[in-house]
Amino acid sequence: MTSYIYPKFGYRRSREQADGIVTRHPIVVVGAGPIGLTAALDCAARGQPVVVLDDNDTVSIGSRAVCYAKRPLEIWDRLGCAAPMVERGVSWKVGKVFFRDQLSYQFDLLPEADHQWPAMINLQQYHLEEMLVAKCRANPLIELRWKHRLISLKQAADHASLAVETPDGIFTMEAQWVIACDGANSDVRKMVGAEFTGQFFQDRFLIADVAMKADFPTERWFWFDPPFHPGQSVLLHRQADNIWRIDFQLGWDADPEQEKRPERVIPRIRAMLGEDTEFALEWVSIYQFACRRIDNFRQGRVLFAGDAAHQVSPFGARGANTGVQDIDNLAWKLAMVLRGEASEALLDSYHEERAHAADDNILNSTRATDFITPKTKPSRYFRDAVLELARHHGFARPLVNSGRLSTPTPYLTSALNTPDGDAVPGPMRPGTNAADAPIAVDGRPSWFLHCLGDGFTIVAFGEVSDKTEIRVGPFAAKLIIVGRDIEDPTGLLAQRYGASPGTTYVFRPDQYVAARWSGFDEAEITEAVLRAAGHDTADRTELAA
Amino acid sequence: MTLNLAPNITDPDDFYAELIDSQRDLDEEQALRMNARLILLLANHIGDRKVLTEAIGCARAGG
Ligand SMILES: Cc1cc2nc3c(=O)[nH]c(=O)nc-3n(C[C@H](O)[C@H](O)[C@H](O)COP(=O)(O)OP(=O)(O)OC[C@H]3O[C@@H](n4cnc5c(N)ncnc54)[C@H](O)[C@@H]3O)c2cc1C
Repeated sequence: MTSYIYPKFGYRRSREQADGIVTRHPIVVVGAGPIGLTAALDCAARGQPVVVLDDNDTVSIGSRAVCYAKRPLEIWDRLGCAAPMVERGVSWKVGKVFFRDQLSYQFDLLPEADHQWPAMINLQQYHLEEMLVAKCRANPLIELRWKHRLISLKQAADHASLAVETPDGIFTMEAQWVIACDGANSDVRKMVGAEFTGQFFQDRFLIADVAMKADFPTERWFWFDPPFHPGQSVLLHRQADNIWRIDFQLGWDADPEQEKRPERVIPRIRAMLGEDTEFALEWVSIYQFACRRIDNFRQGRVLFAGDAAHQVSPFGARGANTGVQDIDNLAWKLAMVLRGEASEALLDSYHEERAHAADDNILNSTRATDFITPKTKPSRYFRDAVLELARHHGFARPLVNSGRLSTPTPYLTSALNTPDGDAVPGPMRPGTNAADAPIAVDGRPSWFLHCLGDGFTIVAFGEVSDKTEIRVGPFAAKLIIVGRDIEDPTGLLAQRYGASPGTTYVFRPDQYVAARWSGFDEAEITEAVLRAAGHDTADRTELAA
Repeated sequence: MTLNLAPNITDPDDFYAELIDSQRDLDEEQALRMNARLILLLANHIGDRKVLTEAIGCARAGG
């Protein structure tokens, strides 16, 4: 039924399997979904060669992720692939919520202008993966190995040993570090014996992709209890190529096998779109959702990311969006450890920061699910009361929860942060991802985030130093002076960073704020950079001396 | 602020009558739905999260 033609990436026997010589690789990624592919690109961007294993040889089958948020787009931009995604996808920022046959509330995700990337794009997961695969293939540091299924993993003190099955049989390879991105049913998770616990929701959803030429605006439309699907919720999203995604809530008693049949699905869609709208079914599946996370993102030499580490319900589009941010957090840390610039302890901060983010995502998506699927009659009364009141009264609108769309979780309590000392005003506290702003470089317009992301970066407002780099132990941190290296023609950069002359920020390689002060002090900068690289106090004192 | 548990309604009998009267012609389902709306309206008016938590706890404990 689908009009999309799945690419076949093709299996090739590797040299190491052919020669039968066990080779130790610095990084092996298991799983070439959106997170594994992003992991490969980010590790390569940080100078590390990567081997990716995937048991299949094509992209994600069927309809899964649709919405990608601004922060993942910023990360993919750092990896050189956001522009084609935005071009191929559809951008949106307005969401409408209907109750029965009335609009009850409307939201705008990015009311602030002057950001390079849209609040959200919609793009089929298979298109997105195809773009990531093309980008990986063009990178000499990345080797994609299709039809390579990991069948067992054994940990040693300084590496993991992997048994891999291919069409040519089973062979062994070794990895100093494994990034497990093998999805919600992760085999690797079972191989290391990690716990994966949480909550299953007693509800079923019908996911239908339809091809149609419709003049609905490019907005997210969510219905509670609409006349065409009484008692349940419905979500409509536009994707690329005139494909629309419709999610019908079915309830727990629905029979998944029956509900998937076109003779059941087509009347549901017809009731929604009207008799006159012509459409063709592209894809139908039934899902049941869970919110779960792994006990520890680091299990010895194995680092978990994406759905292998956490699963959320899709309301809020948090699955792939948060998985990409796992990688953003992990890749620079792993590269530093591999280069001997930081100790393995830095990798424990990966768990600390991303487990915190996963818990935040799970909390948000559990709350949305509770609103969408009230579990008792009284809770349904409260839910309906919110929706009724929201139509007329502003106070009830913030209570409407049809999914809080993915935004980055700040790491405000991370041990890598230097706590705010003297008060720099504004929201860019240590542990927050850098806000973008329009800037100019040599008179040409650019974006602030383009200055960040390559190692540690110091940004100071005003002529506080004539250096262009600050050396801290093994690191060379670029020093960017606003007014010398970049211009802030609109003043928005200073405004978003609460900056006055002398204000200084330290950014981590993942564009997060590590420290900020109202003045420029090299000793403080040194201390903050070392702390952000996970060096302990003794190290820091020695290197700072 | 803490939850005010001392009498605070100037005309208690009149208020109570108004509350009951407002639901006299509703069936049980309609009345329960109205109660939900009323709780939300009042909760928003109070706003103070600490007071709301106290009130929820007090109601839950049975008085
Ligand atoms: C209906 C639905 C809607 C969604 N909507 C959104 C959305 O709008 N936005 C969003 O951000 N997310 C959304 N998600 C979630 C998103 O699809 C997932 O979070 C995302 O696919 C996770 O990517 P991943 O790379 O971690 O895992 P996967 O995409 O599951 O990839 C895992 C890969 O590992 C491979 N693999 C598995 N086992 C092995 C093995 N033993 N050896 C080798 N390879 C192996 C698999 O073949 C696969 O290629 C949605 C999900 C669903 C189901």
